[in-house]
Amino acid sequence: MNNTYDVIIIGGGATGAGIARDCSLRGIKALLLERSDISTGATGRNHGLLHSGARYAVTDHESAEECIKENMILRKIAAHCVEETDGLFISLPEDDLVYQSLFVESCRKAGIRADIIDPAEARLIEPAVNPALTGAVRVPDGAVDPFRLTSSNIIDAKAHGAEIRTYVEVTELIREQDRIIGVKAYDYRMRCEQTFYAQIVINAGGIWGHGIAAKVGITINMLPAKGALLIFGHRVNNHVLNRCRKPADADILVPGDTISLIGTTSSKVPFDQIDNMIVTPEEVDLLLREGEKLSPRLAYTRILRAYAGVRPLVASDDDPSGRTVSRGIVLLDHAKRDGMEGFITITGGKLMTYRLMAEWATDLACTKLGIDAKCQTATTPLPGSTESKKETDRKTRNRPIAQRRSMIARHGDMATLIDSRGSDKSSLVCECEEVSTGEVEYALENLAVTNLVDLRRRTRVGMGTCQGELCACRAAGIMGKKSPVCAKKAKADLASFLNERWKGMQPIAWGDTLRESEYTTWVYEGVCGLSDEIEKTSAQ
Amino acid sequence: MNIQQNTVSENNFEQCIKCTVCTVYCPVAAVNPDYPGPKQAGPDGERLRLKQPDFYDNALKYCLNCKRCEVACPSNVRIGDIIQAARIKYGPKNKSVRNYILANTDLVGSLASPFAPIVNTAVSLKPVRYMMDKVMAIDHRRIFPKYSHGTFTSWYRKHAAAEQAAYDRQVSYFHGCYVNYNNPQLGKDLIRVMNAAGYGVRLLDKEKCCGVALISNGLYGQALKQARTNMESIRRAVKENGTDIIATSSTCTFTIRDEYPHLLDIDNNDVRDNIELATRYIYRLIKSEGVQLKFKKNAEPLKVAYHTPCHMEKMGWAYYSIELLRMIPGVEVTVLDSQCCGIAGTYGFKKENYATSQAIGEPLFRQIEESGADIVATDCETCKWQIEMSTSKPCEHPLSILASRLE
Repeated sequence: MNNTYDVIIIGGGATGAGIARDCSLRGIKALLLERSDISTGATGRNHGLLHSGARYAVTDHESAEECIKENMILRKIAAHCVEETDGLFISLPEDDLVYQSLFVESCRKAGIRADIIDPAEARLIEPAVNPALTGAVRVPDGAVDPFRLTSSNIIDAKAHGAEIRTYVEVTELIREQDRIIGVKAYDYRMRCEQTFYAQIVINAGGIWGHGIAAKVGITINMLPAKGALLIFGHRVNNHVLNRCRKPADADILVPGDTISLIGTTSSKVPFDQIDNMIVTPEEVDLLLREGEKLSPRLAYTRILRAYAGVRPLVASDDDPSGRTVSRGIVLLDHAKRDGMEGFITITGGKLMTYRLMAEWATDLACTKLGIDAKCQTATTPLPGSTESKKETDRKTRNRPIAQRRSMIARHGDMATLIDSRGSDKSSLVCECEEVSTGEVEYALENLAVTNLVDLRRRTRVGMGTCQGELCACRAAGIMGKKSPVCAKKAKADLASFLNERWKGMQPIAWGDTLRESEYTTWVYEGVCGLSDEIEKTSAQ
Repeated sequence: MNIQQNTVSENNFEQCIKCTVCTVYCPVAAVNPDYPGPKQAGPDGERLRLKQPDFYDNALKYCLNCKRCEVACPSNVRIGDIIQAARIKYGPKNKSVRNYILANTDLVGSLASPFAPIVNTAVSLKPVRYMMDKVMAIDHRRIFPKYSHGTFTSWYRKHAAAEQAAYDRQVSYFHGCYVNYNNPQLGKDLIRVMNAAGYGVRLLDKEKCCGVALISNGLYGQALKQARTNMESIRRAVKENGTDIIATSSTCTFTIRDEYPHLLDIDNNDVRDNIELATRYIYRLIKSEGVQLKFKKNAEPLKVAYHTPCHMEKMGWAYYSIELLRMIPGVEVTVLDSQCCGIAGTYGFKKENYATSQAIGEPLFRQIEESGADIVATDCETCKWQIEMSTSKPCEHPLSILASRLE
């Protein structure tokens, strides 16, 4: 096996996937290693907000400018991952309207369209908004699906020759003198240690990048900041809702696919807790209390689940105390910074700027490799966004309408690759999210799915209101058929999927969500006899 | 601790826990694979439609609004209402002449009634039926109910009004289109029974079709207008004349009581309890007001099989009609399994639904044939048409059977 590459990328979040794509488009032979599945870290645990940059306009001009540029780029290259909803920055009676003029002025300086609209108009275009609002500014915010975005980058990277290996965790950076020449990694699926060599190793591990750099004694001043969010059972709003004030807790409500999300909180957590994110009752209370001010409907809308992610905030190098924390992109050339050749860290930033981060990191890698190739990712559409939705729609006739719309929303033009004709293939696996047998089979065959949780990230199986109640066993059945595994393993996978769903429901387990999870428990433990497995995996 | 814990959502569909029992009970889902079933069409679909209205699936037109899903639902989700409301909000606007004709029972009835003998003969002719099938997509196998020569209301004004006014106690009668244009005899039977119970029967000042067919055919504006007229008359009857309103048709009763507020957004709370199904009203007069009916002695024994119409099932009132029948000497009542007959008003008349309609009714027809009954009784006129067309038995309203056995 050839284990030598030009570049090894550590981390399968949006940034890592973006670098893999960028490298492969520039003819660089790249390997991406991810210890789990793609988009499992901060990439999959945020708002899914397509920032216009307005949120940062007043406090961080540079970030705002980056955001609006990337915003416009993503609308073109990743159209199938983006929903162009627009956003409203609303002022409530307790907010100072003076901030609004400062806000609008700052937005315009950063090149962000910001139109002050009448509160009455705001109520009309967004009926969910707090009717007490005293002012509103309309900005080009939107929603972006991080799972689709990452997956699409991965697909394109692979198509251009990159190698993507998930469930492979880097255990060691191989050092030769003052140069990193490769990595040792543990492959969880093959259960073996492997060694890979490359001229350059790019650390795109997000908050975990801290630990990766530490393996060779390099310190990056990262500050893990936990952000908790709540998912509501259905669309509450159709515009992104923000408070027009200095950014604070729980003041963004984003409509994303079938649901709405409120977030986030912000609290520092110690490094030993970054793999153990639990949403506390206090955070749930805070999110609801503040969220209700954006949209009073949240007070009586069913909550599906709660989750938390860790932002990789980076303190600037000349301030080791960590007080001046930036949300900007941090690209560290460890050769210059620490005298360690062949090692780059790209961190900080936001989901919004993943592409730009990838561009910067790849540019640096190119310089080091002596390759003169221009970045194409700002103009080359991602797979899924190469043709208009209308065109894809035309090619996928003869499917039930809701299924067709959902399929196109999830896969863009790649929906044409899904064989869901005929009653076998069009029968639903996930009824809440309209995922057909054909779509599940497509994901299993093409999108590197190793377990049910991966399948969820590719297709939304189990992300609807029933949280796996009806779809988990069906999906498990299809998986078993596609790649037969022993019953024990299949049961364990099913149990771990259901436990993962329960983890998100537990902090908000009341009302109908609790009733539904009780029913799910009854089905899987009482009828399917999964109780032993469920206890085992939850203990783990 | 939490502000949310004791609140109930205004979005009723959130109560769905996906148990899917509604789809098990759906008569359409069982026979028509093109219909996604109440769970998918209702709560699941609503969630998608909230995301984007173009998730609306035109297959929702296959719902026959029987509300059996709602009866089955253990979580109190108003599934049928969600589906009907989605059709109103997202469905294509009705432009079909056929639907207009089928829905306007009032208009068509008043046009057909004066020429009843000609119309009845015409629509029973094969060439005419084939033509209606081809031109209007009304299935040629469907047998039309006969129109009566002269309406119930004109008979009432000429022959009954004065006499009825003489009673001390009064009820107002919502006769509905069927009694008015097709079966005035049922109205006369009701008057006979009410008179025997000591009540005079008045008509409403102004009665329009309850609108059920307009709603199911997408003519909401007109349905709303007629509903308002009816509610005005009903309020006047209750508040000025102090009478309750009774109806012989289970569907008219259900529509005025429940569909008006749920689908047309008409508040009827102040008079809803005064709007009653005739059999239930009479049952209560007998059971709690001490009213006694005198029945014929030595009447022929009669085997009656009672069919529970969907909207009776929804209201939970089949009991009263069945018990009333059981009070009649010489009548032996068997209760058929509660299942949809398949016609669902105008649904079964449409060419595209005919096969579904008959497939839904099939188990019921079989049970009727095997029941050994002399006659089938039911409170719904369209069930009656379906049963008479699809089985060898006659079908009558319980009150017609009761009236025929009064002394």
